[in-house]
Amino acid sequence: MHIVICIKQVPDSAQIRVHPVTNTIMRQGVPTIINPYDLFALEEALKLRDVHGGEVTVLTMGPPMAEDSLRKALGYGADRAVLLTDRYFAGSDTLATSFALSQAIAKIGETFGRPDIVFTGKQTIDGDTAQVGPGIAKRLDLSQLTYVAKIASIDLKTREIEVARRAEGGTQLLKSRLPCLITMLEDTNEIRRGSLQQALCAARSQVVKWTAADAGIDDLTRCGLRGSPTVVKRVFAPTARAESAAQIDTAERGLQDIADELIADILTRRPALEHELAFNSGT
Amino acid sequence: MSTASQTTPRIAPGRAGVKKELPDRFKDYRHVWVFLELERGNVHPVSFELLGEGRKLADKLEVQLAGVVLGPPGEMVEDAVAEAFAYGADLVYIVDAPPLADYRNEPFAKALTDLVNTHKPEILLLGATTLGRDLAGSVATTLQTGLTADCTELDVDSDGSLAATRPTFGGSLLCTIYTLNYRPQMATVRPRVMPMPQRVDKPVGRVMRHKLSLVEDDIVTKVLGFLPDNQSAMANLAYADVVVAGGLGLGAAENLQLVKNLARAIGAEHGCSRPLVQKGWMPADRQIGQTGKTIRPKLYIAAGISGAIQHRVGVEGADLIVAINTDPNAPIFEFAHLGIVTDAIRFLPALTEAFTRRLSPHSRDKLAS
Repeated sequence: MHIVICIKQVPDSAQIRVHPVTNTIMRQGVPTIINPYDLFALEEALKLRDVHGGEVTVLTMGPPMAEDSLRKALGYGADRAVLLTDRYFAGSDTLATSFALSQAIAKIGETFGRPDIVFTGKQTIDGDTAQVGPGIAKRLDLSQLTYVAKIASIDLKTREIEVARRAEGGTQLLKSRLPCLITMLEDTNEIRRGSLQQALCAARSQVVKWTAADAGIDDLTRCGLRGSPTVVKRVFAPTARAESAAQIDTAERGLQDIADELIADILTRRPALEHELAFNSGT
Repeated sequence: MSTASQTTPRIAPGRAGVKKELPDRFKDYRHVWVFLELERGNVHPVSFELLGEGRKLADKLEVQLAGVVLGPPGEMVEDAVAEAFAYGADLVYIVDAPPLADYRNEPFAKALTDLVNTHKPEILLLGATTLGRDLAGSVATTLQTGLTADCTELDVDSDGSLAATRPTFGGSLLCTIYTLNYRPQMATVRPRVMPMPQRVDKPVGRVMRHKLSLVEDDIVTKVLGFLPDNQSAMANLAYADVVVAGGLGLGAAENLQLVKNLARAIGAEHGCSRPLVQKGWMPADRQIGQTGKTIRPKLYIAAGISGAIQHRVGVEGADLIVAINTDPNAPIFEFAHLGIVTDAIRFLPALTEAFTRRLSPHSRDKLAS
């Protein structure tokens, strides 16, 4: 079977700092990583390949330096990597991104074989929108299976797939058909350590690099800024609350004393809570 | 070169320079819609929160607020319609058909897309739940319009455009996003981000009923079953009245027990900040913040949490925020109401004991009555 997995190279958000005076993002020196949610999708793709045979193609759209993330994915054991990179993609919102990626997936299908499954992560850690996966599914007319916790079975003969998917208030068991798009839920598996051989392979292998034209995109008005219906008008830091917290004095006092004062303060500010807390703890 | 750049008028960077030129085909798009999410017989509370927000937008625009209810024919849909009116809708659109009994993307996306194309709303709001996100992403793609996810603030601009504000850059900043030249303007909002509006019993108003242009045989995906969450095991943080959470300041995974002990003593839910989930100290469903749960409890106690913006946006709706942190300059003290600069590891047991002492007689009264 042929599996395409879409990944995104993102700044390691744990290490982003905001300039204290200008309130702008300090991007310099922030390391980039594969979007952590994508690793659950990548591992699932590799596991399916181990069982059913076939190939895993990893795809990303981004600047030339996004090749680093593709090489990492090859190091985990992906068979092929495609980098979709072109200045026309700059400024893409989710609609323009799903357009470009779906065009590239169609081209991957023509070039390397039609994919049975397209994977994405549940969302990215920089955008957090969870929209690109559904966008790709809609554009390529794939069965859309989001927030998948478990792939219960795949039958390549009947083209049937059964999954457990996280829904509101429970788990939905769905039966659907290939080809499908799966967005994988977090904590569903753990990315493997690639073998030394795979690491060597990753270093040697060629990353396929496509421009918009290479991916068969004729209509550049659907890419990047021009193809994005949303417009970011303003980026700003949230304003602080008018007063900062009222501090409870802790100097030279016992912890019990401080705790009693805190509780008294809480109940002075919110008298109704006494009832609430007592009721809660009593049941 | 440097003189040239001085004489060049400043152009707003990136997409901010885009001007509003709404094409003629979108000019008759009017009214605000809220998608009501049905969850096994009940309307998800986020839908009411959105109706409250939608009401404000509709009033500003001087247009109507409509609810959209998709579900199987019968009582469940009729009840949801009554609720939509009670929470402020002027009219309700219904598509009721057997394939809409359980959520699946195909029939729901088809029903909602067809409704939008027929009745042309200018704004469409959905809850940012697993269902809402699954649905909104494909509907926006079919309609080729803009969709802003996880908004924390919605407003209408002087020219009537929807200004949707959301955290960006991993929650370290906020940005305001517009969908200037496409309709409808779509946005999702997470549960508990907006306050719950007052429910007012009202007679059922105008209802527009539509057919689903799909039959079961057309739908590829079938529902085999549904396993409801074990409520005792799954955290219901978002709707808890009292929440206690721990952060990196607790130092070690085992110290989370101190948070759990306090939570148990006062009948609270417990949670944590993002780094603890990343370290594997707590499961992801306990994470509080922009990428976890948004909470609006009556009391929130944050122990050893520094208060990064992505955490802040998830807790700001709490009535009373108490912060315990050793660092007097921690950002959490900028938005907490009560602060204690002390080591949470030492203070939490003392607070648990003090609460237990104070509350136990009441608990006994409560149980006896």
